[in-house]
Amino acid sequence: MTALKQTPLNAAHRAMGARMVDFGGWEMPVNYGSQIDEHHQVRNDCGMFDVSHMRVVDIKGAGARGFLRYLLANNVDKLTQPGKALYSCMLLDNGGVIDDLIVYFMSETWFRIVVNAGTADKDIAWMKQQAGEFNGHVPTAVAAAPLASSTAGKQSQEVLDKAVPDLAIADHPELAMIAVQGPHAREKVWAALPGSQGLTEGLIPFSAVEMGTMFIARTGYTGEDGFEIMIPARAAPYLWASLAEKGVKPIGLGARDTLRLEAGMNLYGKDMDESINPLEAGLAWTVDLKSERDFIGKAALLANPPTRKLVGLVLEDRGVLRGHQQVHTALGAGEITSGSFSPTLGKSIALARVPDAVKIGDNVQIEIRDKLLNAKTVKYPFARNGKAVCNL
Amino acid sequence: MSNPENLKYTSSHEWVKTEADGTISIGITQHAQELLGDMVFVEAPKLGRKLGAGEECTVVESVKAASDVYAPVSGVVTAVNSDLEHTPEAINSDPYGAWIFRMKPDNAADITALLDAKAYQAVVDSGAH
Repeated sequence: MTALKQTPLNAAHRAMGARMVDFGGWEMPVNYGSQIDEHHQVRNDCGMFDVSHMRVVDIKGAGARGFLRYLLANNVDKLTQPGKALYSCMLLDNGGVIDDLIVYFMSETWFRIVVNAGTADKDIAWMKQQAGEFNGHVPTAVAAAPLASSTAGKQSQEVLDKAVPDLAIADHPELAMIAVQGPHAREKVWAALPGSQGLTEGLIPFSAVEMGTMFIARTGYTGEDGFEIMIPARAAPYLWASLAEKGVKPIGLGARDTLRLEAGMNLYGKDMDESINPLEAGLAWTVDLKSERDFIGKAALLANPPTRKLVGLVLEDRGVLRGHQQVHTALGAGEITSGSFSPTLGKSIALARVPDAVKIGDNVQIEIRDKLLNAKTVKYPFARNGKAVCNL
Repeated sequence: MSNPENLKYTSSHEWVKTEADGTISIGITQHAQELLGDMVFVEAPKLGRKLGAGEECTVVESVKAASDVYAPVSGVVTAVNSDLEHTPEAINSDPYGAWIFRMKPDNAADITALLDAKAYQAVVDSGAH
């Protein structure tokens, strides 16, 4: 067995009484006591998460936007204000999801991407492979330029030389990341990090700003307000300690999972992977099929209309929904992709992939061990901003 | 929390208490509840069900995972703790008070053959879950 990777906060977690587990090759805190208490702590006040295992990848150069326009299923042309972020899937040619990610537009020569830990190396290899092919292509705009005069050939060659994308892809495993989430998260960060309030008070949701060597984004994975702060590894323990001093409680990956599930946010590897396209994973809203733009996977998505969809489930009988349980509907079989107990609702909830014709409000049955239990399909999210939001 | 000396244990992390009437109460140990985390559901075994020693007889579920509970000896289910239906978290706060079900053992001598507190602790220390 290879040694587990550790984040710069490993010692801090142990000092705070964390139960550490193997999380995709990383030694991470699953909880520091009660996972349910940690869940409520974030919904009702605020808490902090070590998400240093996630990877930052910077795409730099004049060709960055053109490259990402082709690489990602969502359209980076939606990003016009520096600092603004976009959630997107990165697809294979067959439409399967390589990873889901957030891309921040910092300038026309710098886009920052944050990818999942377990997929980071695969993602970067894919990006570099695509960049190599992309660099060899004639950019669409240049190729489409009409040849207007006898010297056009020479001129377009000059334009082409200038327009050859200038791309640099570099990942930053030396950056740690701390997420502070909850209704009081922002004010706690301001208290713990002198100088941050002025810079980040006006930050609109889903955008980011640099502060020295730090990068502060108003993003998260809980359905609550807050920040995700990227910070050099050596400085991370100081920020963590400073937040703790202001009363911010540490939250493990256990509660992170129930928070994101209640918030109706997909988890890569559970709700979608390379065998699932985003249209069958509840992510059609992140795929831009309307613009003329071509992107990797587009042709496959257009050629294969979805036959399944992702719905929310609330269990009406007693028990707990879990991934891979079979769902029986009047219109055919489905499967739970993520399931757990919802501390906010006090019931078991799940995301499930079911036949496309299943409707919200339908009664379905879930096979749990030797029993069939009753559940109802609901529109998700289940909870956000401290409250239950789905109609039960 | 140490494992009470007056109880018997299994290597699958159940504790067994002999009651005055000769029935046995069964719950899961401190170590087991700590591994599982916050309990959210306890399935009640069927009253009157005949169980063989080591047979899966019910399930406890935490937020994290479902875990089988096994019959420590052969016998018949005589009672279930219905309080746990509404307060499964009692298993976390008071693992040795929160019994899950009771059995009438086929053979009282089977109980004495179970692990004592010290032998069970050795199982825990060896890292076998």
